[in-house]
This record gives sequence, structure tokens and C-alpha cells, in this order.
Amino acid sequence: MREILRSILAVAVGIGLGLLVTMAAGENPLHVGSVLLKSAFGSSYDLGMTLFYASPLIFTGLSVATAFKAGLFNIGAEGQLAVGALAAACVGILFPNLPSPIGPILGTLAAFFAGACWGAIPGWLRAYRGSHEVINTIMMNFVAAGLCSWVTLYWIRNTNTQNPESLSVGQGYLLAHFRTWFGDAPVSSALVFAVLCAGAVYWFFSKTVYGFELRTVGESESVAKTAGIPVKRARVLAMALSGGLAGLVGVVEVLGNSGKFKIDFSPGYGFIGIAVALLARSHPMGVVVAALLFGALHKGTADLDLETERVTRDVSAILQALVILAVSAQPTWSFIKRKKKSSTLKGVQT
Amino acid sequence: MSTLWSIFESTLRVSTPLIFAALGGMLSERSGVINIALEGMMLVGAFTAAAIAYYTGSAEWGLLAATGAGMVFATIYAVFVIYLRSNQIVAGTAMNLLAMGLIPFVNKILFDSTGATPNLPLSARFQSVPLWMVLGMTLTLIGVLSFWMNRTRSGIWVRFAGENPEALDTQGISVIRVRTFAVICSGALAAWGGASLSIWLASSFSRNMTAGRGFIALAALIFGKWKPIPAALACLFFGLTEALQIRLQGVILWGTQPVPVQFIQILPYVVTMVVLAGWVGQSRAPKALGLPFDKA
Repeated sequence: MREILRSILAVAVGIGLGLLVTMAAGENPLHVGSVLLKSAFGSSYDLGMTLFYASPLIFTGLSVATAFKAGLFNIGAEGQLAVGALAAACVGILFPNLPSPIGPILGTLAAFFAGACWGAIPGWLRAYRGSHEVINTIMMNFVAAGLCSWVTLYWIRNTNTQNPESLSVGQGYLLAHFRTWFGDAPVSSALVFAVLCAGAVYWFFSKTVYGFELRTVGESESVAKTAGIPVKRARVLAMALSGGLAGLVGVVEVLGNSGKFKIDFSPGYGFIGIAVALLARSHPMGVVVAALLFGALHKGTADLDLETERVTRDVSAILQALVILAVSAQPTWSFIKRKKKSSTLKGVQT
Repeated sequence: MSTLWSIFESTLRVSTPLIFAALGGMLSERSGVINIALEGMMLVGAFTAAAIAYYTGSAEWGLLAATGAGMVFATIYAVFVIYLRSNQIVAGTAMNLLAMGLIPFVNKILFDSTGATPNLPLSARFQSVPLWMVLGMTLTLIGVLSFWMNRTRSGIWVRFAGENPEALDTQGISVIRVRTFAVICSGALAAWGGASLSIWLASSFSRNMTAGRGFIALAALIFGKWKPIPAALACLFFGLTEALQIRLQGVILWGTQPVPVQFIQILPYVVTMVVLAGWVGQSRAPKALGLPFDKA
């Protein structure tokens, strides 16, 4: 309960400060705030877009949270989601004639698998070579960006357009969508899938042996070793799972929305995922709520370009940064009260 | 021969921002504070330098303002990680996001654009400053930092804050102050790195100009075992891959097609990972790196 209150307070402080910052541009913070609200929830289309942005954030939030629970930092969700989306698109382009249930399942598996491989590499490097996963996941983001752009432009490019994007996947791959309910906003069954995945992650961590092992490694490496848990294997598994979850963003984007891989389609979902996981204190169900909040923020700020004179959608990054800072801060009064020495994130040792 | 010379020269040029940032990172990390925020600090420095140089018409004022902005930005980071005990990687990531949001925001206010600053006239940038002068400055800085960290009392405080903060505390030196000082200096140096990009190597600030150089500098720092001279050498090495990348674009090495530009772009990152996985085994991080200090 206390944790939830702290999260809510942090969000309020973060957004409040962010709105105050817009005063520097000569805007009325209340006006900016009302634009944010209206543009996030004002119509069924706006709500739909909020839900659309929330779907990938659920996946990246779960991804970062999974790594957190195992005591690891995954700053690489951005790269993992790119290779995941690319894999889904490649499958859909290579086998365009697969019928509906098989195509999407194959695409989803490809997205998960590609992301998992991309995550497992820094996991393996950490476990067996001792190089820190933070640096490696950052490097892997840049490598993923280069690789995806190469595959897209050299192998599967749609030559009928100037846009740097791939060919379209077969019709059978596209997911069922709810566009009619949301004024044509691209809400698809990927949202439902994302929520189900949150449930699955919850189940994994609370009911399975592997989940227990991962959490133990995250809480204390020495305890895990004493208990005979294979620490190295658990780290690789955690990063693979984390990467796979991020890869599933490809399901939202490629199978649920555009039907193709667009270079740089992600407006930083991977990094916002860090904020989502933090705010949710790594709880899978909390991730869903936090993803909705950040989806709303993202949609809300998208309209600032048009609705205000002097501020732009870049305010989104400011708001995210301030919320993260506010959530991460541990003011001394709560520290004294609780006599707790650990950092914000239970398990993460840096 | 002239090709080799030009690669050598451009290596020195592109390494300069990395060296400044890596030395900044070193100060912070040796004092026990992880500095993922280097990227954001560089970006702030690059933008401030270009914006102020544009308004004052003087590159020197630009550099001075960048130093100040870097220090202010680093102070925010220091407050969160040292006083409010935020997790350092989390707060560092947030600072990078903050820089990426604040800079277009301010740019929009100043120049009505969220992309680049206006082009600077020759008098408002350091382009005419010869390479050897910058090189001399860099070498001096490395020398001074090396001497300071190893031979002076306050330099040893910084190292103790990162290795054994309790011992420093028993001597009556405030670990928190030493760390705050180190992080703020780190911001100034990283901002110089950024400024060297925008008002020395280029003629304006462009959006996300640092393009991951802060992270490369961080990697060089780790590769260089958190020591000034090895870290600077690592920066030269990463600078070489960047120089080669510029050089190799469109060059046909084998077959009939030029090397895809993407492969050249990812080269420094792959090299970093390979190097870290293989060689960093013997290098040891400061013992208290990443741990907040609580005075009992």
C-alpha cells in the first residue's frame, strides 16, 4: 500500500514539475495539462491511441521488470524490440500465404525468439564473461539499429515507397482489431495478449521453480549459491525472457498495426519501459497500470505541437525523466523511518 | 601515406570529445558514482556551447557557458544519486532522457525549431584552432588529472570515496562532499566533450548530436580500467574505428558492392563488447562503485 502511494505521489510530483517547466516557454501549465488530458482521453479515437501506445509499453515494462527481479538491468529493450519486430516482419514476408491462426502464432514466436536471443547475449556475457549487462545492452541497442536498417534496406525493402520500410506481411498475419470501437485507432488483440502476458509473468514468478530461482538470484547471489541454484544459468534465462518480452512489441507493431517493419518505428518504447517497470515496482499487474499511464502521457504530448504555441511533443521525454527521478528518489525521512538499506529496486545490485 | 596521415589526424579529432567525456566519467566513477548520464551531460554541453556562441558570437563564451551548464546538470544528478539515494543507473538513464527532452524544448524557445541551432559563423567556433593545440590541452588535462589522482591529498580522497568510503569518513572527510565535487567536475568535463563536437568539429548543434558517444566514452573508461592514460588510449582506439567508418563509407573492399554503411556504423559497438568480454577480466571497478553512502 505504501509502495503504491509512493508511486502515485512520484507521478504527481513528476508531472507537476514537468508542467511547471512549460512555464519557461510562456505556456500556462494548466492549459498544457488540460491539453494532455483531452488529447489522451478526449474521444474514443484518443482513448484508442492511448491504449495502442500502452500495448508495447506493457511488453517493455514486463521486460525490464523481469530483469529487475533477477537483479539485472535491461537497458536494451529498445534493441530487443527492434529485432523482434524485424523477425515478425521477415516471417510474414517469407511465408506470405499462411492462414490466420498459424501466421500470427509463427510471427509471435519469431518475435519472441529473436528478442530472447538478443537479450540472452548480454545475459551470457554477464554470467560467463563478467562484463556488465548495462554497457552491453546499450551497445546491443546500437548494433540492433544498424542490423535492422541493413536487413530492411538491403533484403526486404518496399521499393514502391521512399519511406525506409519493409514489404508488407501476408494478409493472414494481421491480428483481429477493434478499430471500429476506437474511431479507427489501431487497437488490436495484441493489447489483450499483452495483458495475458502480464498474467503469465506474474504466474511465472510466483508459482514456478524457475521464477523462484530468478527472484532468489535477484535478492541475494550468495543465498542463491548456497541453495544450489545455478546462478549463471538463471541470469541468462532472465535476460532471454526479458529480451523475448521486449521482442513481443513486434506483435503489436507489425502484426497488430502496420503490417510491416518501419525503421525507427519505436519512439523509445524500450526506455519508457524502464519508467513503467520502476513505477510498477516490477509487479506485472502494476506494469499494466503504469503502461496505461505512460501511454496516456505519450498520446497526450503528441498533440502539444498543434494545440500549443511554444511547446512540442519533446515535453514527453521531460515528463518521463522527471517521473523516473521522482520514483527513484528516496528522501531521507522515509529512509530513517524504515531503516532499510537497500536501493529502490529490491534485488538490483549495481 | 597521405591516407594514413588523414586517418591518423581524424582519429585524433574524433577522439577528443571521447577523451574529455571519459576523463569526466573517471572522476565520477572513481569517487563511487556510476555515470550513465555522461551522454546527457555531453549533449547539454554541445547544445549550450552552440547556443551561447551563437548569441555572443564568441566561442570562448560558448565553452564557458557549456562548462556551467554541464556543472548545473551534473548537480541535479548528484542531488538525486548522492542525497536522495536514487539508484545510479536509473537516475542516469533519466538524466539522459531529460537532456533529450529539455534541449529541443529550449531550442524551440530560442530558435523556434526542435532540431538544430543556427549555423555559427567562423568567428563563433573553434574551427581555426589547430589540432596540436587541442591535443596539447588534452594531454595536459590527462597529465594533471593523473597527477592529482595519484599524488595529491584531495585526489586520494576521491579514490577513497570510491574504494573505502568508511575509512575516509573516519578521517573526518565528508564522503558526500567529495562525491558531489567529483560528479560536478565530471559534468564540466563531459560538457567540454560535447562542446568540442558542436563548436570545434562541427559548426552548429544538431539533434542528438552526441549519438551514443557518452556511452562509448563510458565503455572506454571501463576498458581503460578506470585510469586516465589507459582510458585515453581506449578513446583513441574507439576514435580510430569512428575515423575508419567515415573513411570506409562507399569504399569497395571486396566484390562489387561497397561495404554496407550499417556494418561500419556498428563496428565500434561490437568492438566494445568483444573487448569488454575478453580483456576487462583483470580490470577491477572501484569497490564502492554504485553504492550510496550512509553515514551511520
